[in-house]
Amino acid sequence: MPAALSIAGLHKSFDRPVVKGVDLTIRTGEFYALLGPNGAGKTTILRMVAGLLRPDAGSISVLGIDALAEPVAAKRRMAWVSDEPMVYHRLTPLEYLDFVAGLWQVEPAQARQSAHELVDWLGLAPHANELCGGFSKGMLQKVALAGALVHDPDLIILDEPLTGLDAGSARQVKDVLRAKTAAGVTVIMTTHILEVAERMAERIGVISGGRLIAEGTLAELRTRIGRETTLEEIFLDLVAEGQAVGQDAA
Amino acid sequence: MNLAPASLPWLAAHELRLAWRDALAMMTGGRRTRLVGWIVGGGAVFGIMLLIAWFSVRPWVQAGIVIDKQALVLISGIGLLFWAVTLSQALEAVTRVYYGRSDLDLILSSPASSARLFAVRAGTVFVSTTLLGLLLISPLVIALVAQDGPRWLSAVLVLLALSALSVAIAMIITRLLFRLTGPRRTRLIAQVVAGIVGAGFVIGVQAAAILSHDGFSRLAFFQSQEIIDAAPGTDSLLWLPARAVLGEPLPALLLVSAALAALIVTVLLIAPSYGRLATAAAGLNQVRSQRRPSPKAFRPASQRQALRRKEFLLLQRDPWLLSQTLMQLLYLVPPALLLWINYGSASGDGTFVVIVPVLIMACGQLAGGLAWLAISGEDAHDLVATAPLSTASILRAKIEAVLIVILVLMAPLLAFMAFSAWPMALITAICASLAAAASTAIQLWFRVTAKRSMFRRRQVASRAATLCEAFSSILWAGTGALWAAGIPILAVAPAILAVGTLGLARLLAPRGK
Repeated sequence: MPAALSIAGLHKSFDRPVVKGVDLTIRTGEFYALLGPNGAGKTTILRMVAGLLRPDAGSISVLGIDALAEPVAAKRRMAWVSDEPMVYHRLTPLEYLDFVAGLWQVEPAQARQSAHELVDWLGLAPHANELCGGFSKGMLQKVALAGALVHDPDLIILDEPLTGLDAGSARQVKDVLRAKTAAGVTVIMTTHILEVAERMAERIGVISGGRLIAEGTLAELRTRIGRETTLEEIFLDLVAEGQAVGQDAA
Repeated sequence: MNLAPASLPWLAAHELRLAWRDALAMMTGGRRTRLVGWIVGGGAVFGIMLLIAWFSVRPWVQAGIVIDKQALVLISGIGLLFWAVTLSQALEAVTRVYYGRSDLDLILSSPASSARLFAVRAGTVFVSTTLLGLLLISPLVIALVAQDGPRWLSAVLVLLALSALSVAIAMIITRLLFRLTGPRRTRLIAQVVAGIVGAGFVIGVQAAAILSHDGFSRLAFFQSQEIIDAAPGTDSLLWLPARAVLGEPLPALLLVSAALAALIVTVLLIAPSYGRLATAAAGLNQVRSQRRPSPKAFRPASQRQALRRKEFLLLQRDPWLLSQTLMQLLYLVPPALLLWINYGSASGDGTFVVIVPVLIMACGQLAGGLAWLAISGEDAHDLVATAPLSTASILRAKIEAVLIVILVLMAPLLAFMAFSAWPMALITAICASLAAAASTAIQLWFRVTAKRSMFRRRQVASRAATLCEAFSSILWAGTGALWAAGIPILAVAPAILAVGTLGLARLLAPRGK
């Protein structure tokens, strides 16, 4: 079975290099958390995977499909949810899901069923026919997540999906993601909430200065720093180590 | 100079600094060198306006200006047309004082007086309305002062009075709308009223001119014998503003004092309710609007159909679009009226020379606005970009949506025209299609990722695109007019220029688009 995501030698520069030769392999059905300080390059990497940015060099393979050579085929298999919910304020959640299902060419009867299941699942049913314009950030994020799930993707990429969510909404989103990984869907998520990564992710990657500086299960990361401690401590140690290496290299 | 924090001058200084930086950023786009372009370009446009004004007033001045009823009617008529535009502008700006959020939450959550803030913002609207008016009338005033003497400088005082009165009336209308319709509907109604006031008076006069004289000229209407005969005598108080324009000191002084007093009293009366109303307007973000589930939802559709359907829904539900395009659509009323009254008449063909270019121009401008909304104003850009279809398919679907809307709007007028004179309908259809296609292409080449709410500022975002779009529409309208006038050979020239404008737009467009 091909890897859900395979990245090799990925480079991207804007006014300065932001991603510097990242190699990453994520297995099918895995919940992978990508951590890093602000400006480390996490979002840039994921935007390149989602087809929103073109890398300067390197390769990206999504479920065995070369995402740079066949972007449409790769996009068909994945979903992207950003921290800023991509929702039309003048559509209702059901109209939005109808639109997304149309873009991904989901069979209408299946789309209708999935849409209703998702709005129920995410607690949006009472608001299914209200314009999204009056929704809170949490509700908008749930609509965006429903949009990502309505076409039943094999790979879900989430960039800070829990930012701004209240405890109840965050719980609902986490439950949905857990259920999806249990069903064999691969989830890649960036987050600054280390507790979420600690509890949900099977493997964690740490990015600093555009490089993947560490990767592994929580136990493996603990072994690497040589201390039995929290992910927060591990993360801070690894980032400090990565920055020191970066400064030496510079 | 140290100003007392949260005092009126302190808030005014804060507003002034923000306004100045905002204007500078809009003009330069972060590059100071662009300011030179603005000064040179603006100077050139002003020079052309001055030349036009100079040669327009010259015969009048040379013949000797006689202050009779005819002159008073003409000056008052022009003043009223100008005032309609000023009032429309003020109404739009006052609405933004209540609904524009930017720093309002910060200031309203501070101990600073909201009434004071309102006074400052009302003052800002007054200053900006006056400056805009000054920019518009200054070529005419300079031409008159240079050729007929300094008495015409009092027109600036009248402008001051008109602006003050416009802002006061705009504030009263907005306050009344809040009371009658509530904060939820006030913004939309105020914008629609602004559109109607701005275009309505001009169109009303034009419609009256068409109905009474079969003509299109607004100025000719004010000079018609019926209007002059119906107007009151020269000693009437109605001519006070016109006399003020002509440099009579007492009317000028009276007018300015009364208008400024009206503005101050209105501010004092309305300011205490500002905090409460602005807070109510802020609460609208949390207001939810229920929709009936569409029976067409979850039906088989191609990806392009799904995109088109989404565009239609959003265009239909866009209040900004409604108010912004209302003026463009209102301008179609006089040609439609002209078409109606000349329907089947022998003189009908002559009127087409007027109707054809107006329709083509409206079509080009409308297509530009809609294309911006569909192509650049994509609120869920990432969603559409990550969908499994090519960028070309996405753009094609959006362009189709725009052109379908234009077709639906234009088809009834074209059909009506075709019954009267089918060659004219054909000319209009061809040139309008070309104008719409050109505007859409320009918006496509200059596309940026933006929110739909940025619609109002799209013209500032790319001046090159705006100018190319306007010139293209004007040139296609010219082509249509000359062709309709039966001189197709001459129509080739503006057509070539229109194609050239399109080529220039392609060259100016950012690379990779």
